[in-house]
Amino acid sequence: MARMKFVCDAERCIECNGCVTACKNEHEVPWGVNRRRVVTLNDGIPGEKSISVACMHCSDAPCMAVCPVNCFYRTDEGVVLHDKDVCIGCGYCSYACPFGAPQFPSQGTFGVRGKMDKCTFCAGGPEANGSQAEFEKYGRNRLAEGKLPVCAEMCSTKALIAGDGDVVADIFRSRVLHRGKGAEVWGWGTAYGSKQAGQPGVAAPEGAKS
Amino acid sequence: MMRILFAMAMLAALSACGEKPQALQTSKQDASAYTGTGKAFASKDWKQGDKASWESHLKARNQYGQNDYTRMN
Repeated sequence: MARMKFVCDAERCIECNGCVTACKNEHEVPWGVNRRRVVTLNDGIPGEKSISVACMHCSDAPCMAVCPVNCFYRTDEGVVLHDKDVCIGCGYCSYACPFGAPQFPSQGTFGVRGKMDKCTFCAGGPEANGSQAEFEKYGRNRLAEGKLPVCAEMCSTKALIAGDGDVVADIFRSRVLHRGKGAEVWGWGTAYGSKQAGQPGVAAPEGAKS
Repeated sequence: MMRILFAMAMLAALSACGEKPQALQTSKQDASAYTGTGKAFASKDWKQGDKASWESHLKARNQYGQNDYTRMN
């Protein structure tokens, strides 16, 4: 299996925020933390475009590179996860991430920054698969249940696609061929681009935009 | 005798100057997703622990659930 990837089709996203709601509900994400959010460009102007943004599980993840305590790891499927028992909540990852994925709960005394929280591609964390500890720290482990990320599966227009990178790229390519436009894949080049040092060339769909 | 007692007292006092290990704690090992959760609340179309069936099931789910061109046309 190829590595897991997200693609958001800006031609289809209608800014319904269903993905955001589904994610928060599935993982019981606390108030103030949004693992996924919808960003609209040129809001209110005809031709506006919306995209759903979360951790893209980059090929050469900058968060992994800057973490001073090495709490990040990558699974066999290419999902970038972190260990909350090791995280010290320094926030370096949030400065390094080009997608603004790392989130920090701030309900503590004096607004103290808690341990980092981010999209897990519905793959849980380093606790035992499906355990209560895993759910409380990282949310549901849908991949271990044979399911795909809930944000993509719940997407009403199928703008957000998640799964095996090859399959996802094929689906997007067939859409572009059918409609004859909208080949730009927001964030694909930044997350999986082949120009990043030390990474093998990853085939991006035609017209990929960083 | 006093010298020996003094030396022992000094050694005991020095023990407070020891250093605790500061080796970097590494992340725990994570079990692969295909091993499953061992619970009933999972998709029924694959065998938990079987990597090949997990992969093929996810690919099929990916196609059926997200590729509407293969479903409609």
